[in-house]
Amino acid sequence: MGAMNQSPPAPEPGYGNVSRHPGPLSGIRICDLSGQLAGAGATRVLAAFGAQVIRIEDPVTKGLWDIVRQLPPYLNGDRSHDGGAGFNNHNVEKLGITIDLRQERGKDLLRQLVKVSDAVTENFAAGVMERLGFGYEQLRDLKADIVYVSNSGFGHSGPYRDFKSWGPIAQAVSGLTWASGLPDKEPAGWGYSYMDHTGGYLMAIGLLAALWHRKRTGEGQWVDMSCSEAAIALNGPALLDATVNGRTMRRPGQPDSNHSEAPAMAPHGIYPCADEDSWAAIACRDDDDWRALAAVVDEPWADPALSLTARKADEEALDKQVAGWTSRRPRDEVVALVRRAGVPCSPVLRPAERCDTDSDNQAWGLFPTVTHTRHGEVRVDGLPVHLSASDWHMGRGGPMLGEHNDRVLSEVLGLTADEISSLRDEKVI
Amino acid sequence: MAGPLDGLRVVEISHESCAWAGKLLADLGADTIVVEPPGGSWQRQTGPWLDDEPGPERSLWWWYYNTNKQSVVLDLNDAAGRQRFVQLIGEADILLDGERPGRLAELGLDHDDLVADNPRLIHASITPYGRTGPSKDLPATDLTVLAGGGPAWSCGYDDHSLPPIRGGGNQAFHIASHWAVQAVLVALFHRDVTGEGQFIDVSMHAGANVTTELATYGYLSVGEEVQRQTGRHASWVRSMPTQVECADGRFLNTGVLPRTPKQFAAMVAWIDELGLRDEFPLTFLLDEGASRERFDFSQLDEDPMLAEILRAARDVSAFLCERLPAYDVFVGWQRRGMSAGAVYAPDEALADPHVVARGFPTEVSHPEFDRTATYPGAPYQFSATPWAIQRRAPLLGEHQSLVDR
Repeated sequence: MGAMNQSPPAPEPGYGNVSRHPGPLSGIRICDLSGQLAGAGATRVLAAFGAQVIRIEDPVTKGLWDIVRQLPPYLNGDRSHDGGAGFNNHNVEKLGITIDLRQERGKDLLRQLVKVSDAVTENFAAGVMERLGFGYEQLRDLKADIVYVSNSGFGHSGPYRDFKSWGPIAQAVSGLTWASGLPDKEPAGWGYSYMDHTGGYLMAIGLLAALWHRKRTGEGQWVDMSCSEAAIALNGPALLDATVNGRTMRRPGQPDSNHSEAPAMAPHGIYPCADEDSWAAIACRDDDDWRALAAVVDEPWADPALSLTARKADEEALDKQVAGWTSRRPRDEVVALVRRAGVPCSPVLRPAERCDTDSDNQAWGLFPTVTHTRHGEVRVDGLPVHLSASDWHMGRGGPMLGEHNDRVLSEVLGLTADEISSLRDEKVI
Repeated sequence: MAGPLDGLRVVEISHESCAWAGKLLADLGADTIVVEPPGGSWQRQTGPWLDDEPGPERSLWWWYYNTNKQSVVLDLNDAAGRQRFVQLIGEADILLDGERPGRLAELGLDHDDLVADNPRLIHASITPYGRTGPSKDLPATDLTVLAGGGPAWSCGYDDHSLPPIRGGGNQAFHIASHWAVQAVLVALFHRDVTGEGQFIDVSMHAGANVTTELATYGYLSVGEEVQRQTGRHASWVRSMPTQVECADGRFLNTGVLPRTPKQFAAMVAWIDELGLRDEFPLTFLLDEGASRERFDFSQLDEDPMLAEILRAARDVSAFLCERLPAYDVFVGWQRRGMSAGAVYAPDEALADPHVVARGFPTEVSHPEFDRTATYPGAPYQFSATPWAIQRRAPLLGEHQSLVDR
């Protein structure tokens, strides 16, 4: 247990909030039964602002309730439950303990922890926590003002409450997948679990809002987030066009998400550049942008007098002309020319460019280096916000399985060394 | 019942990049005032339109992103307008803006100016590249941010002669707004202890960058770059398709295929229920799968039958999709314990029986037009302090009395 070799900072009196850097949420303790990316993504935000987030993991399955623990890619080729790079990325600054909830002593341990926590977070399918004895109503009896936040694919009520989900399922059934693509082709979808990120953001918002209400009134509550419903809400104006105007979204020519109908813009797309698989996005917001682009292009088809209506009328032909112009130039030359004209334009950046050379990301400090107890220094996602008085901090990597058992049980629950070794002997932890 | 943010006062300088942040706060009960320029917000000039007729009160964009807000009109280019703005800020907890870097400072209305009168003010500013980065003055749109920030690189088709795709729905604005709201709530806790407000710099570009999953942490950890694939995760290892067209022309995301004998038994029972046993040539392999005690995946090399059984699971999925509408495969598959999802259009999603049974679609009254409209509802259900749309988006200057005092 490498972390035990470091001397922890002095405990903050009253909170037992040891081994934490001070932050705006230092007084908050989260008993975190969530995982995967959607749950872990929410509590990682609170941890980065100083909340004490204690992950509860299962020793019997080596923490693999959360399969991300052992999913590739692996840190330093470590294919064990302590090697998953996604797990490390999404669990920075958290503590990790193991409790076997099949055993009565394990259940009792978790109950003790809930009693001294401000919130419980989970993202199991509906019914799992209740069967374990840790549903909201069960925990409310234990601690009346507990804040309890659930994040599941379909929510905890309704005919699909038992349905299984992960990011791509929530994205499919919400319309996000469908709304991403070229006309008359099958949906392109998102290419990753956008709703694991976004579900995590909204879960963090729900958690913080409920904690704020509790701070003011002393009242706890249950926040039930359905990831697929949260996703439906991300297509508002187009949905109102359907519900108000009766315009069915599934119609010829739709989806067409590289174009922009509302607001109407043209040209508006992602255009090929000279090198293989290199692309530039260009968006003419208005006639001024078009005139500026036409001046840069300086070819007969680029008539600066063309109105938006005219440009929209045969957008496919316009796109072909723009693509012809871009495809004869290297991407960065296209971007430099168009940007110099004041028109919104961006390269489609590759991962290596974003992570290693993008000057905005570097200036922001967007990918901080954390220290994983086994794997040492690893770069991770930082946060896209900077707070002038109480900014985020990421120093410690994701916890190894059971890494903080001794620390949490002694410093948070006040257990003696003998009590802890008895729990260990009985494989409760 | 009031929302969890009841009692907080938010002022939003109307802008498309922070409108969603204002709505999230307003729908959770914060008293939110949106400041519009004379003539109204840009969003009012943006469709889609009620009955396809343009007009400042008919923008469905405005309707959606401004629920629960109150509208005042202030000309911030005019000294009297600025003075009334400062008065408004004096009583505010939170200021949201999406102005280009430098603009508020030019007006004498940036955070440093405003805290003189209200040191408790929490001010979140959403800009394309943040307030101070090298690209801070570049213009940007939802498209260019998603292109430069990483999401587009991962979205698209197996065929790389087709362009990377921007996911629809203004998601660059949503990502930035989700981060702004998280940061604002954190700042409230800080203020509660210290009494001080603060300035929050939100970068849309940075937001997109950290909303890319494997593309970023895969590169950061092992130096590999993902490649886009049709309808499934971008990856540096090409994976099998997961999107299958069904009998009604809709697609199904096949999720995770059967992997246990119990799931094979459920699949066989379903095939029998549908009377398709004799039409699917590999039913005997499903039977074989169902009859096994367990699958030992470590023996795949020595157990060729197991590989055949697993292939039959993929084939049966394609077979069912050929014969049934996507909805039937989705629900039938899930009722048998396996994940799958119909690839709905958003309006189909809003009409799904589960979503309707949970009360997600929300009726909002628009008395000026003598009608109600169905909106997407609560992203989260709060048991004690419910999310709610109490009031449709404001008419231009509807709450002017808040500043004309």
